[in-house]
Amino acid sequence: MMFKKCLSAVFLCLFYINSAYAQLVIEITSGADQLLPIAVVPFGYSGVDALPEDVAKIVEDDLTRSGLFQAIPRSNMLSLPSKEEDVFYRDWRVLKSDYVIIGNIQKLPNNQFRIGFELLNVLSQKSVQKHSSIDVGARNFRDAAHYISDKVYELLTGTKGAFSTRILYVTAEGDRKAPLFKLQVADADGHRPQVVVESKEPILSPSWSMDGRKIAYVMFRNRRPNIFIQELATGKRQQIAQFRGLNGAPAWSPDGKKLALVLSKDNNPEIYTLDIATQKLERMTNHYAIDTEPSWEPDGKGIVFTSDRGGNPQIYRLDVNSKRVERVTFEGELNTRARMTPDGRYLVTVQKDDGNYHIALQDMKTGRVQILTETYLDESPSIAPNGSMVMYATTYQGKGILAVVSVDGLVKYKLPSADGDVREPSWSPYFK
Amino acid sequence: MSVNKLGKFAVIGLSAAWIAGCSTTATDTDTSTVAEDASSTEQAAATNDTTGSSDQAFGAGEEGALTSVIVEETPAAQDTGMDSLAGVETVFYFDFDKSIVRPESREALAKHAEYLVSHPDARIVLEGHADERGTREYNMALGERRAKAISRYLTIQGVAASQIETVSFGEEVPVAFGHDSDAWQLNRRVEVRYE
Repeated sequence: MMFKKCLSAVFLCLFYINSAYAQLVIEITSGADQLLPIAVVPFGYSGVDALPEDVAKIVEDDLTRSGLFQAIPRSNMLSLPSKEEDVFYRDWRVLKSDYVIIGNIQKLPNNQFRIGFELLNVLSQKSVQKHSSIDVGARNFRDAAHYISDKVYELLTGTKGAFSTRILYVTAEGDRKAPLFKLQVADADGHRPQVVVESKEPILSPSWSMDGRKIAYVMFRNRRPNIFIQELATGKRQQIAQFRGLNGAPAWSPDGKKLALVLSKDNNPEIYTLDIATQKLERMTNHYAIDTEPSWEPDGKGIVFTSDRGGNPQIYRLDVNSKRVERVTFEGELNTRARMTPDGRYLVTVQKDDGNYHIALQDMKTGRVQILTETYLDESPSIAPNGSMVMYATTYQGKGILAVVSVDGLVKYKLPSADGDVREPSWSPYFK
Repeated sequence: MSVNKLGKFAVIGLSAAWIAGCSTTATDTDTSTVAEDASSTEQAAATNDTTGSSDQAFGAGEEGALTSVIVEETPAAQDTGMDSLAGVETVFYFDFDKSIVRPESREALAKHAEYLVSHPDARIVLEGHADERGTREYNMALGERRAKAISRYLTIQGVAASQIETVSFGEEVPVAFGHDSDAWQLNRRVEVRYE
């Protein structure tokens, strides 16, 4: 029931569009060394109508993509139980599977389906997650599957799953000299993309509000950049910054009340905050250098940003109360566009070293820096709300694509799209 | 035709257009898509003008010939009857991560300055661009810095600051699409656009 409530709130106006758009396709390039073997048995179903989605397959793909699990191939399964009493544990011990997910689907009146699932520990022969069920319509099968993945992930890793989250990204399609720009929203696995805004002028810097209901982004109009806020469900939008010069890099504060943004109306790029309710603008930096790419610390007390005040662009931290600024990054030729993990422990940046642009991770406690990626021209890192993964934009075979790397650098996958350039990913928060 | 006038018109007519312009691909009550049909035709024309002329420059481009790229007169320049600027370059190139006006840009810039000084009603927009390397918002700032460098060069020669507007497109509107130094060089530029 709780899940149903959650569904109606979050997916109110985000509808499933039948393959109207090219989908992103996951391509796993490398994984962690020690994977937890798990079997996701095809869910039982006795109905006559075809099901819209293979729930077990979606769960299997989610868990595999996390880089922590190894799925037992279906073709190796010796039995396909859908109820706990039909499970022969030795069938799964033989396959060296530590856990088994079973489930069944039942058609209800009024076009609803009841999806039941259970997580079993093969060694102890006990339920880790007792039988539990979700009622969904045909359009929400993927939501139900991601919900199951989140449950299983949290039970087995202790970390909240982020499979039910979404991503924003920008695509540039068609004639490269006059492309069509689309701001799109999709599930975190790239499925069910929908166009939020499209324009013949550039769109960049999409950013989520903390409740996931609104977004902010930069869109050119009449050859000048403007910042917009848009409510996803209604499409209602508001132009909030149209000053002379730059209007860029909007970033929502953790309390949802303010936007950090970049304006050059007073001559050069400075960080400002805008109180959304009162429209009060406050200038936060004051330096003749470039100050840009603000991002709030999780507690809202500080803003990390890019500045070339020291010669090369590096990351600085601005104390929101005192407006005092201190430098944060020292390794690499340059560091730009910082994002902090939700626990405040790590800073993710785009670092240039030896002429290459890669995603770097700096431990804020020890100062240790690790390069996470080895792809080409990496940019726009965005961190999953559970802090496990970083999605970023890169160039692959001459095209802009999205890719993901785990915060420990061990798991990597690409999300190539069928056509056009994909860039500027922004990972949503948890939906409340 | 003044692109700017059409643009202003489009902004005024915007809110109505958003309501009317809901997506054709959406089903049910999907109001989450906002189509930008109010200004799309005008903007398409504007985009074609600039990229079309610059792209020909790319086709002719060798590494050494970059600064002598011949850019066609923009339609806007013809429309406002600026005969004295016929054939004068309107695209100026920059070094990587730099915003210093190159010596070879000075002659053409001096002609623009001369024109602007003798036509105090003339207005220009300096559109700064960066190559694809580095992050997008930083490149927005870098493009602006380049546009401002050209702006300073013109004001030193007597052009009123009120005649100049600087805008940055960052790395969003490249004219060359390779991922190599030739393409990057062509993209690090400021375009002069008469309004």
